[in-house]
Amino acid sequence: MEHSKKNQAEMVKEISGSNPLRCMKCGKCSASCPAFEKMDIKPHQFVSYVINENIEELAKCESLWYCLSCFACVERCPRDVKPGKLVDAARQIAVRQKGGAYLVPDEIPEIVDEDLPQQLLVSAFRKFRR
Amino acid sequence: MKYSYYPGCTLRTKAKKLDDYARASAKALGFELEEIENWQCCGGVYPLSSDEIGSKLSSVRALNEAKEKNQELVTLCSACYHVVKRVNDDMRNVEDIRTRANNYMKLDEPYLGETNVLHFLEVLRDRIGFDELKKKVTNPLTGRKIGAYYGCLLLRPGKILGFDNPENPTIIEDFIRAIGSEPVVYPYRNECCGGYISLKAKDLAKTMCDNIMDSASGFGAEMLITACPLCQYNLTKNSKATIPVYYFTELLAEALGVKEEVDA
Ligand code: SF4
Ligand code: SF4
Repeated sequence: MEHSKKNQAEMVKEISGSNPLRCMKCGKCSASCPAFEKMDIKPHQFVSYVINENIEELAKCESLWYCLSCFACVERCPRDVKPGKLVDAARQIAVRQKGGAYLVPDEIPEIVDEDLPQQLLVSAFRKFRR
Repeated sequence: MKYSYYPGCTLRTKAKKLDDYARASAKALGFELEEIENWQCCGGVYPLSSDEIGSKLSSVRALNEAKEKNQELVTLCSACYHVVKRVNDDMRNVEDIRTRANNYMKLDEPYLGETNVLHFLEVLRDRIGFDELKKKVTNPLTGRKIGAYYGCLLLRPGKILGFDNPENPTIIEDFIRAIGSEPVVYPYRNECCGGYISLKAKDLAKTMCDNIMDSASGFGAEMLITACPLCQYNLTKNSKATIPVYYFTELLAEALGVKEEVDA
């Protein structure tokens, strides 16, 4: 258990290329985040979860499905922690699990309209499933 | 001048006009967009994980084709620009990705990020020049108050994209001046429209787009312009839509006097 906890945290750090230990907890990432209100674990907290190797919680949190990868937090972080990349890495862990897809093709006919650009569908499929 | 051109999936379908106006404008300005053969969709979002290689290959193929023709690679959709340029940065600077991508590609000569990626707006600014553009405008769009909507994909991460200052960009405002109109600078112009989130969390995208609309119209904009089909969709379909949103190429074509032939 301890072992796999560590592995998951290492994996998040590796595929995100982020070093959460650089964080000085200034909160600028959360202050910049347009999805802040919707997030159960806020961007600056996300960083602490990775430091504490608590990836299990991150892989099932709601924030994964609200982060826009808009990179406002990445651009503004004074310590180059790249919180948005950590969120994406945790999302990867979630969607790579069996049954982890947040979007299934069957849902699509219900939610599209005639103006919806292809770009939206391909992006959502990339983000929400493996 | 001839450029390689990567239109991307949406410009072939829902955003056909964004593409048509750009091609007609390029002709009027005296440069040629030569479409990459058999290009494949960029995927819409840049695969952030360093261990994802397969999803980056469509960009590498397009980049390599431009390299073989010794041309710069032009994109128009903000998302394609973002994805292709970031993958190119990986090919230049991230050894592991570069090696693994080249192992898949099996090219005669490895691709090492040689191609220069340009957004259509950068062609106008850096290759033609806005002063030159201004001289070629036959139908200045005088009196229009236009807000530039940048969104996130063109600007961030600033260090990799190098498109403009990510917090205080000016390229679209300069473009607006060149076509004879008046730019309206408003605070939310580089805030995200919600992007792909509007598929599953419409309410969040709506709040964000309403903020952008309020900000722009509050500062006196009568219309917005964008380079991104997804921004256009979210801002018109997913917001209070107080002001209309156009593709910047539509206004460019109009100012150059070629809009009617495209619409015909
Ligand atoms: S902006 Fe950067 S340094 Fe500040 S709390 Fe967020 S991650 Fe930490
Ligand atoms: S990338 Fe995600 S976490 Fe960062 S500011 Fe944007 S929505 Fe928030």
